[in-house]
Amino acid sequence: MTTEPGIVSESGAAVPAAKGSRLKQNGRQESWLFAGLCRAAVWFSIAILIVLLVAVTKNSIGWLDWQFLTSFDSARFPQKAGILAGLLGTAWVIGLTILFAVPIGVGAAIYLEEYATDNWLNRLIRLNLANLAGVPSIVYGILGLTVFVRMFGFFGPQGILYRWTGWELNGFFWSEHYQQYLIPLPFGRVVMSGALTLALLILPVVIIASQEALRAIPASLRHASLALGATRWQTIRHQVLPASIPGIMTGVILGISRAIGETAPLVMLGAMTFVYFAPGNLDSLSDVAQHPEGLIKAPFDTFTVMPIQIFNWVRQSKEEFKYVAAAGIVVLLAILLVLNGLAILIRNRYSKHLHW
Amino acid sequence: MSLRRRYTAFRFREQVIEGLLLLCALVSIATTVGIVLVMLSESVFSLGDGKAFFQEISLTEFFGSTKWAPQFADKHFGVLPLLCGTVLVAGIAALSGLPIGMLAAIYLSEYAAPKFRRTVKPFLEILAGIPTVVYGYFALEFVTPYVLRPFFQGLLGFDVDGFNALSAGLVVGIMIIPMVCSLSEDALRAVPRSLREAGYALGSTKYDVSVKVVLPAAASGIIASFLLAISRAIGETMAVVIAAGQSPVMTLNPLKSVQTMTAFMVNISLGDTPAGSIEYRSLYAVGLTLFCMTLAMNILSQWWMHRFREVYQ
Repeated sequence: MTTEPGIVSESGAAVPAAKGSRLKQNGRQESWLFAGLCRAAVWFSIAILIVLLVAVTKNSIGWLDWQFLTSFDSARFPQKAGILAGLLGTAWVIGLTILFAVPIGVGAAIYLEEYATDNWLNRLIRLNLANLAGVPSIVYGILGLTVFVRMFGFFGPQGILYRWTGWELNGFFWSEHYQQYLIPLPFGRVVMSGALTLALLILPVVIIASQEALRAIPASLRHASLALGATRWQTIRHQVLPASIPGIMTGVILGISRAIGETAPLVMLGAMTFVYFAPGNLDSLSDVAQHPEGLIKAPFDTFTVMPIQIFNWVRQSKEEFKYVAAAGIVVLLAILLVLNGLAILIRNRYSKHLHW
Repeated sequence: MSLRRRYTAFRFREQVIEGLLLLCALVSIATTVGIVLVMLSESVFSLGDGKAFFQEISLTEFFGSTKWAPQFADKHFGVLPLLCGTVLVAGIAALSGLPIGMLAAIYLSEYAAPKFRRTVKPFLEILAGIPTVVYGYFALEFVTPYVLRPFFQGLLGFDVDGFNALSAGLVVGIMIIPMVCSLSEDALRAVPRSLREAGYALGSTKYDVSVKVVLPAAASGIIASFLLAISRAIGETMAVVIAAGQSPVMTLNPLKSVQTMTAFMVNISLGDTPAGSIEYRSLYAVGLTLFCMTLAMNILSQWWMHRFREVYQ
């Protein structure tokens, strides 16, 4: 099964038109009972969603304010705690994740849909994709921890490289301002490690959604373009890809919103809990102007993200932190709702207007 | 001449692009290979110095001992308590989430008017999109104090821990509802209308058609969705870490605090465990166990789909 839970194909089988009102009148009692049970299951799901949203929002009242959005964390004073470090951290991590995941994901989908023939390699790739989508996120965390954060213990003062060759490599581009390498090796617990890990995590989602979008484009479009003398790539670049952008966008947005809420892999990477700074110390645009090298430093700086801050607040023993956590959750959910809404909007808009 | 060169340049460009796209597709293979290699490193063979986990701890101790205490002076590495916790939480999730998800799917596919369906689906998608850390908070701050405590402690007189397997299992069950519902609905809708119409033509009621015709026809897809959902419940992390606690005990009492495999992994990474120590390596051993379990479920799910899928034309 290649369908992600979030992505629902609108082009399913036709809904049975028969309302069965007359059948209902003649029907037996179990029929009513069963229908009621099924209806209850749907309403239960919706009720849970509403209860969850209301409960969390109620806890956040009085704690979610401008100060919360614009200040850094505080371990001692819940009243002063803020989510700014998480917001900026999430922005950096997700920005880089998009940069890696979208080109690779869409590229892979194009290969699988437009180029791949039915040979063993391509069958393996497809089978593998379905399995990757089912790997628990925490396993990706271990992958990221070993490959990106520690780099198998290859670099660094006591690394394998040093022991074998006597040559110590700790990073590139020494920065006087930060008194650190701008790009350290191994990466360590930095934004880049998190972004690469999350990119691998959402890659199956992006690929599968993009494949579906490409598949929805009728063959006649390709044939027309090819018949006019366009090459395969020109056909894809100028005809197929533009036509499938809405579908791809929907998949990408759903993948991104999954990455934003993902906590476990980043906890495994060792993203820090109480963080009192933004990546690269870039709190505002004037900082960027003063220290442009911070833009290179930021992807290789330690970080936190919103869900990790929430997790950290939940773990605190002080009672007030649970309200801080609720405020954080409301901010996170608001961002996710906007993204999800956007995805649904794009899908509905284009599924209505495009008829091949 | 110029025409010929232009032609080869074009061909060359096309081939380079195809190669690049193939590379993109191969990233997914590389990821799988990477995951397997990383899991085996530190647990089965060791890259640096020191012994790997299974070179020090025998498989019989790992799967036979009932004591898990990697961080005490007297170390024990029996994974059974963690397995027990995982199975307990996933079992509660399956018992609560799977029936609700399936019934909702039947309603949306067989009973609901198209308009109702279109209105409800986005809500289910939102439910699917809520981060697991939020479900954990919900379990800890609402399910336990406002649902479980009044019922089990107030009414029935059982002792309910602040962290307990039941609250974690219930929210994981809620979490898998949208997944089961969406996949099962796809399976139900793939059953052709002619089958339903044949049922009605024979005088069946809606109930008869849904339960005795459509449901058996879609059974393989529904069971595949169940297996995927259980796999997801086994690998679920943050909700369980927050709500189920961190005490690795062998118990099937859902009102007690347990530790799952995923919760242990988070616990280790939150502490200051030095790389290369045996506790650190146990992370990889537990990760490998978890990965094998979910992989087996996923493969089983796909096999089931292929093996028992009824093809309608």
